Formats: sequence, C-alpha cells, structure tokens
Amino acid sequence: MQLHTIWFIIITILWIGFFVLEGFDFGVGMLHRFVGRSEIERRVCINTIGPWWDGNEVWLIVAGAAMFAAFPGWYATMFSALYLALVVLLVALFGRGVSFEWRGKRDDPRWLTGWSWATTIGSLVIPLLVGVALGDLLHGLPVNSQHEFTGNFFSLLTGYGLMTGVALVVLCLLHGATFLALKTTDEVRDRAGALGRVIGIVAIVVNIAWVAWTLVVIGHGTFPEPTQIFGVIAVIIATLLAGSANDGWAFVASGFGIAAAIGQIFISLYPNVMVSSTSHAYNLTVNNAAAGHYGLVVMTVVALLFFPIVLLYQGWSFHVFRRRVSAPPPSSG
Amino acid sequence: MANDLARWQFATTSIYHFFFVPVTIGLAFLVAILQTVWYRTDNPEYKRMTRFFGTLLLINVAIGVVTGLVQEFEFGMNWSTYSRYVGGVFGAPLAMEGILAFFLESTFLGLWLFGWDRLPKRVHLACIWAVSAGTMLSAMFILIANSWMQHPVGYKIDKQGQAVLSNVWALFVNPTFVWGYAHVLLASLITGCLIMLAVSAWYLRKREHVESFHRTAKVALIVLIPTIVIQMSVGNQLGVIEAKYQPMKIAAAEAQWTSCQPCSFSVFQIGGGANDKTPTELIPIPHLLSILATNMWNGAVTGLDQLQSQYEQKYGPGNYVPDVFIQYWSMRVMAYLASLVLLLAVWGGWLLYKNRLRDSRLFLLLCMWAVVTPFLMNTAGWLLTESGRQPWIVQGLQKTVNASSPSVSATEIWISLIAFVLSYIVLAAADLVLMLRYSRHGLAHADSEAAEPGGPDTAVPALTY
Repeated sequence: MQLHTIWFIIITILWIGFFVLEGFDFGVGMLHRFVGRSEIERRVCINTIGPWWDGNEVWLIVAGAAMFAAFPGWYATMFSALYLALVVLLVALFGRGVSFEWRGKRDDPRWLTGWSWATTIGSLVIPLLVGVALGDLLHGLPVNSQHEFTGNFFSLLTGYGLMTGVALVVLCLLHGATFLALKTTDEVRDRAGALGRVIGIVAIVVNIAWVAWTLVVIGHGTFPEPTQIFGVIAVIIATLLAGSANDGWAFVASGFGIAAAIGQIFISLYPNVMVSSTSHAYNLTVNNAAAGHYGLVVMTVVALLFFPIVLLYQGWSFHVFRRRVSAPPPSSG
Repeated sequence: MANDLARWQFATTSIYHFFFVPVTIGLAFLVAILQTVWYRTDNPEYKRMTRFFGTLLLINVAIGVVTGLVQEFEFGMNWSTYSRYVGGVFGAPLAMEGILAFFLESTFLGLWLFGWDRLPKRVHLACIWAVSAGTMLSAMFILIANSWMQHPVGYKIDKQGQAVLSNVWALFVNPTFVWGYAHVLLASLITGCLIMLAVSAWYLRKREHVESFHRTAKVALIVLIPTIVIQMSVGNQLGVIEAKYQPMKIAAAEAQWTSCQPCSFSVFQIGGGANDKTPTELIPIPHLLSILATNMWNGAVTGLDQLQSQYEQKYGPGNYVPDVFIQYWSMRVMAYLASLVLLLAVWGGWLLYKNRLRDSRLFLLLCMWAVVTPFLMNTAGWLLTESGRQPWIVQGLQKTVNASSPSVSATEIWISLIAFVLSYIVLAAADLVLMLRYSRHGLAHADSEAAEPGGPDTAVPALTY
C-alpha cells in the first residue's frame, strides 16, 4: 500500500478517535445543564469527563498536525478556505477549554452559571463547525487550479455541510447521554437514560437522512455502503439500549455509530482529500497534496512506534477512573 | 496590507501564548520537585504546597492549551503559501509534538489531578513527572520547528518546488535548536521559580503560613541561582550561533552599521532605528560585542551595510535589515533584567545562608515585584529571535511577504484579530483574577480538598471540577 494511502487512513483514524472520545464529552457538555438540575448534579456531570476531556481534545490537534505533516497542500487549502469558520471554532474552544478548569474555582453563582453556559455552547458549536468543515470537503468548495480557495464565508455554508454538522451534533448528544448513563448513579443516571431514548429517535431519523444525502452528493448510485448501513444499525441499537440496564453496550453502540459516521465521510472522499466544486480537475488528492516520500517514512515510523504507547496509557487512564461518579454525601459538602 | 495584518496577528497571539507556556513548563517541574520531596520525607507541608502550586499550574495550563491551538491553526489559516511550501519539513515536528508530547501531558495531567486518592503514591508521583516531561518535549518539537525557520537544515527542494525532508536527524542536531532549546527550558524554569518566589514572599511578608512558604521560597531560590547563571552563558552561546547563521540578527541587535574589529558594546543609545545610522552611543564597553558575538576578545562583526550588499548580491534587490530598534532594545531588556534577577537570586542565596530570608522585608517586596520580569524577558527574547529573522520567514528560503494566504482578505484578518484580542483580554482578566485570588486564599482551599472524602475504598470520588 502506498504511504499516501496509509497516511489518509491514519488521519481518518485520528478523526474517528477524536469524535468517538471527544464526542461523548461534547454530549455531556451540551446535556449537563439539562440532566443535572442542581449545582451538585451539574458538577457530577462535568466530573464524569473531568480526567479525560483534555486528552480527548488532543486527538483534534494531532489530526490537524498530521494533515500538516503528511498532506501540506490539504492543510494549507482547507485551513485558509475555512478561515472565518475556524476563528469561531477557536473562540468556542477557548471558552469551553477554560470553562472546565475555572468554573469550580469560585463559589459565586453567576461565575458558575456563566462558565456552565460556556461549556454548553462550546460543546454545541465545535462539533457543528467541524461537521460543516468535513462535509464541505466531500461536497466541494470553490478551489482553483492553484488549489486556492476562491469563495467567501457564505460559500462554506453548503446544505450538505450544514447537514453533516447537525448529524454530528445529534450523534454527540446521543453518545453523551449513553456515557452519562454509564458513569452516574440514581436520578442523574435515570434522566440521562430517558433523554438518550428521545435523542436516539431523532438521531436515527437525522442519520438516515444524512446518509441518503451523502449518496446523492457522491453520486455512487442508491445503494448504501457497508459503513453507512453499519452506522445506522449502531445508532438504532444504542437507542434501544439507552436507559436499560445495559449501559455499557448502549455506549459502545453509540460510539460505533459516531465512528461509522466519520468513517463514511472519509471513505466517500478517498482518493480525494478535498473536492473542488469549480472543476473536478482541481480536486486535492492523496497524491497531489502529499509531503515527500522520506518525510512520510519518518512519520510512519514515529506513528508506529509511539501511537500504541499513547493508546496504552490513555486506555489505562480510562481504566483508573472507570467507577461511576456521584454526589458526595451532604455532610462532607 | 493583509500580509502585515497576518504578521500582527501571529505576533500578538504567539507573544500571548508564550506568557503561559513557560509558566506551565516551569511550574510543572517545580511542583514535581515538591511532590518528590513529599514522597521522600512524608512531610505533609510539602503535600500542601504541591497541591497549592499544582492548582496555580492548572489555571495556567487551561489557557496555555487553548492559545496553543490558535498557533497550530494559524499556519494554515494565515500562512498557507508557507505551509504548502515547507509543510513537508515543518509539519513533521508539529505532528511528532502531538503524538509524543500532547497526549502525554494531557492524559497524565488528568490522571494526576483526579488521581490523588486513586493511585498509589509512587504512581501518582510518576504522573506529575510525566506531565513535566510532556511540557518539555512539547517545547522541544516547537523549538525544532522554529529553529528550522532560523537555520533550515535536513531538507531539499523537490521537483514540484516544495521543501521536503531529507534528513530528520539534522533537525535534531541543528545548533540553533540545541542552544535555543536549552535557552527556552532555562527561561521557563526561571519563570516558574520567580512565580513561586513571589507567591512565597507575599505570604512571608504577611507572616502567614511561614513554615510552608519558607520551604517553597527555599526550593525556588535553590533552583533559581544555578539556573540564571547557566542561562546567561547559554544565551551568550546562542548569540554566537546566531551571529554565525543569521549575522543580520546580531549586527542589528548592536545597531552595528559598519564592520568592526574589535567591537564594543553600547550600554545605551539615543536615536537609532531604520533611518538613523549614527545614534549617540553611551557608555561603550570595549571588546564586549566581540565576545558576545564570537566568543573571542578581538572577534570581527560584519556591519549591517556590508551584510545588506552581500545579501543583495546573493538574493537580489530588497531590504534585508531587520528592525534595528526592536533588535537593539529587546536584546538589552532581556540582558539587563537577567542581570537584575541574578543579583536578586544571589542576595536571596546569601539571606538563606544567614537564615534571614523571612525577615528581610525589602528583599521579599522586591521578589513580589520581580514576578513581572520573566514575562518581559521572555517576550523580549522572542522579539529578538523572530523580528531578527525578518524579512525571511525561513532564512534564505522564503520571505515573509510571500508566505501568507492568498485567499484570506484583510477584512477577514481584521475580524479574526479583533475576535482573538477580545477573547484574549477576557481570558487574561479571568486568569489574573483567579491566580491572584487563589494565591491569596488558595491554601485553605488546598487544605479542604485534601480533607475531602476519597481513598481507594470509598465509593465517592472527590469532585475536582
């Protein structure tokens, strides 16, 4: 297999990893004000993702850096084309990132409510915008023969891109609800389960509509790809299991649903990395956007040596904090 | 216009980012030391101090991480021509940073923060050392990338006219990197020490928690004294390396328009800048510039005028002289403040030796105010490095003026610049309020956290956030 293709797969895996992991903490971020009714319950919700959200977000950084290193042309065109959308994304990342660390550092209710909304809004805006960006890669943006973007901010708001954003937000909500049900106890857990079932039904409808739209966009006939069928089934299973005693399996199913969603975008994209709506002759592909051979060999060695270690210690961290989180008894404050 | 704005944006966001980076690197290391002392001695005072300074560290990590994201995105957003041209070389250390450093730092920070009652003491201690290693590795890869812009090595230009990697090892042994990285690590340690010293001095002056903060003041001084001494000689060596590969940078730092041998160093000058080649130099110190630039008593320094004509011959017409005013003064701000910090550290060492540290109210007051110096020195150091590289974005390969994104308009950059600046003001204000409040009232908080229920046997973990 060509190194270009290997790096396309690695980048796909990084994006899948990002959404499967950070997806649940986006979901928890969006839901914590609604699942948690009191301050202590909201704290419980935030603390379910406490040890991990930062590590999860690194998947986004690494995905971006891997694109820069392996496909400089892709990184250059995509990041400059999405300029204003990325500005909004970054501001949302600021607000959300500091909200976790800072919210508990003061007891003032207005401080708490303010940062709590920063968490909620950030957790909504980030998957929405990343979804629009990934959808646009497949739908195509105006890109000329020099691989330069020729549109403006409004060219980014393609129908398919927006639909992709909405689909990912809904999948993150479902993933967050199944995660909360898995990681909490008592009323918080019941509420998360009940919410999961309702969100699940919406997610099934949205996911099927989005998959159908994807088929139209790529124009490969009407029969869905295996990944797409798998994704729809996973979301249905997650919905059926949400709120049942099988918390763990519900979470696994919603995780597969989100993985399949990201997977289908990249599978549909290959061998392009960014479609030009001006002319398909101007598409960026794994060949014309890639870095030099030697550089890719070096990066492949580094990834093969160190990525397994990262997976081991991240896995260990999930193991260490596997227990459910609940409110401390009232006496201890 | 768009190019200038993109430069302003990159300069603003990276200077801001680098307020927080050295705090994180320095404090992570010092907190790891405090926790190691606690692990070895089992003295609960050190556990208190580990938690206290650990929380100060966390407040800063949050902002360092999110502002770092901006830096990574900006290469593609604002400098797409640069990214397309050199991404095959420059992108590699950034990707390695993600895989080797960011995962390590963030995962183990989570484990450390939430693992107080979960992990065996030895494992928990290992976690904070892993965080510290992560912060230092991260700086390593960034310095590899940055040094490549100062002195490109290990690459070739391929058939499509793009820079591609040809020898990855050359990036790691690039002399600009080796000395630049040492310089940044030591600067970060100095930053951490001066923060720890300032907070400790504040408590010592108020005579509160004297036992605890006398210990941290001592740790800070013991680390600071050798670090600042080594740092000044490393900085000197970095100057010699830069004089070799980027002679414009050092000649401009001395406003040296004509070649000289031996060369004197002016303590101050009046005037100078792009259009004033004959500033009034005050207090010249003979031979000092020769030593700083070449390590030799009678070393020669080529003047800016000669370098300019050499560069015109080599690269074609254009202005190759960086902003002399910025070079001259950033060099001096850095060096003079470092000398003051050295004096302060030596004084502190003497007080420590005489066991009078807690009584010298003037010394403690100066320590509190000295907390601003690392931020000024760090900023001045980067101005010297980055402004001194101009007009190049990659020395000798690509000019900054040719590197920005053709598809991004000035209006768009105005929007982003305003959005970033406003966000950063809010973040800085909140960060400052939190840091000050926590520094003043945090100890009680750290104590109550330590007393929260937990322990491996209870079902209820502490709610950290």
